[in-house]
Amino acid sequence: MRWLLLKDLQLLRRSPLVTGLLVVYPIVLAVLIGLAISRSPDRPKVAFLNEIPPGESLSLGSDEGFSQQEAYRQLCGKIECVSASSREEVEDKVRDGEVLGGLIIPDDFLDTLEAQLSTTGTEPATVDVIVNQDDPLKAQLVDDRIRALLTQANLQLSQRITEVAAEYERILSNGGEFEIPFLGQTVQILGLANAERILDTLAADAPSPERQELERIRDFAHLARENLALADNFLASVRQPIAVEKDVIAGDIPPLDTFAVAVAAAVTLLFVTVLLVSGSLALEREENTFTRLTRGLVSRTGLLVEKAALGTAAALVVTLLLLAAITPFESIEWGRIHLIVPAILLAGAASSALGLAIGAAAREVRASALLAFALALPIAFVSLIPSGTIGEGLYDVIRVVAGAFPFRPALDALSGALAESGPGLGLPFLHLALLTAGYMILARIALRRFA
Amino acid sequence: MSEKPPRAGRRRAAPVLEVDGLSKSYGTRIALREVSFSARSGELLAVLGPNGAGKTTLLSILAGISRPDAGEVKRSDGAAGWVPQEAGLYHRLTVEENLRLFARMERVGDVEATVDRMLEQTGLEERRHDQIASLSGGNQQRINIALGLLGEPAVLLLYEPSSGLDASQRIRLWQFVSGLAKGGTTVIYSTHQIEEASHYGDRLVVLADGETIFDGSFAELRRAAGPRPKGSADDPESDFVRFLRRKGH
Repeated sequence: MRWLLLKDLQLLRRSPLVTGLLVVYPIVLAVLIGLAISRSPDRPKVAFLNEIPPGESLSLGSDEGFSQQEAYRQLCGKIECVSASSREEVEDKVRDGEVLGGLIIPDDFLDTLEAQLSTTGTEPATVDVIVNQDDPLKAQLVDDRIRALLTQANLQLSQRITEVAAEYERILSNGGEFEIPFLGQTVQILGLANAERILDTLAADAPSPERQELERIRDFAHLARENLALADNFLASVRQPIAVEKDVIAGDIPPLDTFAVAVAAAVTLLFVTVLLVSGSLALEREENTFTRLTRGLVSRTGLLVEKAALGTAAALVVTLLLLAAITPFESIEWGRIHLIVPAILLAGAASSALGLAIGAAAREVRASALLAFALALPIAFVSLIPSGTIGEGLYDVIRVVAGAFPFRPALDALSGALAESGPGLGLPFLHLALLTAGYMILARIALRRFA
Repeated sequence: MSEKPPRAGRRRAAPVLEVDGLSKSYGTRIALREVSFSARSGELLAVLGPNGAGKTTLLSILAGISRPDAGEVKRSDGAAGWVPQEAGLYHRLTVEENLRLFARMERVGDVEATVDRMLEQTGLEERRHDQIASLSGGNQQRINIALGLLGEPAVLLLYEPSSGLDASQRIRLWQFVSGLAKGGTTVIYSTHQIEEASHYGDRLVVLADGETIFDGSFAELRRAAGPRPKGSADDPESDFVRFLRRKGH
């Protein structure tokens, strides 16, 4: 068997272009996929036009209104604002693809908002969002981003309003100076506590019928003050009605960078191994050497084992090369090499077995390469679809389909091997071992009609 | 083309291969029906017959690639060497590398000496470092046959060895094969070329519908075909066709 293995390596050496492409193409593809899924645009570029006259700010009846500078600073901390001087410029930038979308704050925005807050206006304050609809995915992304930002802005605004309302409630309860919103006049408020005290004093000196009336008013003021104290708590809860407390109940997750590395490694490993092994087996038939070999020189199972060994060795070399190449950019825990190597070997063995089944079924090098691509590429993609992003039934189907191929367990094994916080290795290793055995049996059956 | 007399002495030698009552069916189709014959050392035996006669099935069973449903094959001296119709070679490897690989897999005693011997026998010493893909069809067929000879088999089986070769390549090939037979190797080959069989075959086994309808020399087949009609061509092919018609095929 070792002579066959050496022969296959010799054949690979004789075809440097094919071998180079076989290694380089999946690595480039894998790195791109890894980066794409791990590096969503943190700060999408958005053309920003503020038509509000400079210096205007939103007043909420106290010193703590919204200033334009503050709002701009907060907004552009979340997105990369590309300043524009006109609506046309915003549209041009969006149309040319220079920015993902455009955000325009109209000049009457603050007036409309203030009118609404003072209950004199009925129209909500609006901002204009401009997206390029020629790419529905991009349009959806921009729409989601800007909606999220506006939701955040609305939340901040409502928080500020509830704070002001709480301040009103305290003045109403305890008394003090109050500036009438949007008019700028300051008035002195007596407050329920002071009123209660005055009524108490008056009631003590008043004759009986009047005292009873005064005591009723005092009791009402007391009751009102106590209920206003409850309103304080209510307003506090309105400020943040939903608090988030995250409990992870399933799915140990590695850091995003490690996951991206694992995706890159799994994609590379799958493509290199499946293409190499399926092509190598189909080549034995195309070269008419299969019958010569299996006529007493090596058993059919022995030939499959040799090809699987070739694929597993190639998987190990190429994946380690990929990890070494990534090391300067992403931190690889090389101290976990004792787990990384078995993960690669098992993933390589399962992918090789899949390649053997493909090669034995396709029987020709070109057909096997086509079948390998047609199978491996979509399987890699559907295996990356996270739960909850699609319908439950469809996700179950995808899970079953993905589970029948080595990509997902290879990804889990590599994620677990690369990072301590990754998934456990037992199940993925068992899954890969079962797939190896299953595909070897399929390949052996397909070899019956191979010659 | 002159008739060739059987080689003296060969008929008297003990058979190195004996085929006894071979039968083989694929589903309801009968490929071979109780085929029996024997071959002696140094004999050149041509297996002839129309398409679907059972030639490929017979050689596959002799080569050990498929198993018969009934009957047996007895060989006196180890496994038979086997040469497929399409050269089973790695085209990206050199002549020498192909020979060395299969010599190792055949577990021959001295690999390098065997490779040198095969290169000398095929006359391809100067092309030992050339990749197979760069060789002509005839030279590829020579290496193909050399691979069948690596284990120094007493019997060599060839599937239509001259198929796809031009006239000069065919002549060189048959000179090579005849040389092997002279050296004592029994050569059994299937062919459609009655002219080649008549010229290079000591004996002809004719199959039709899976049955042996003739086993003997070409001279005997010509006699069995009956008198040649007036005006018909004097060639082995006409004789063979006449023989088949006479036998109802």
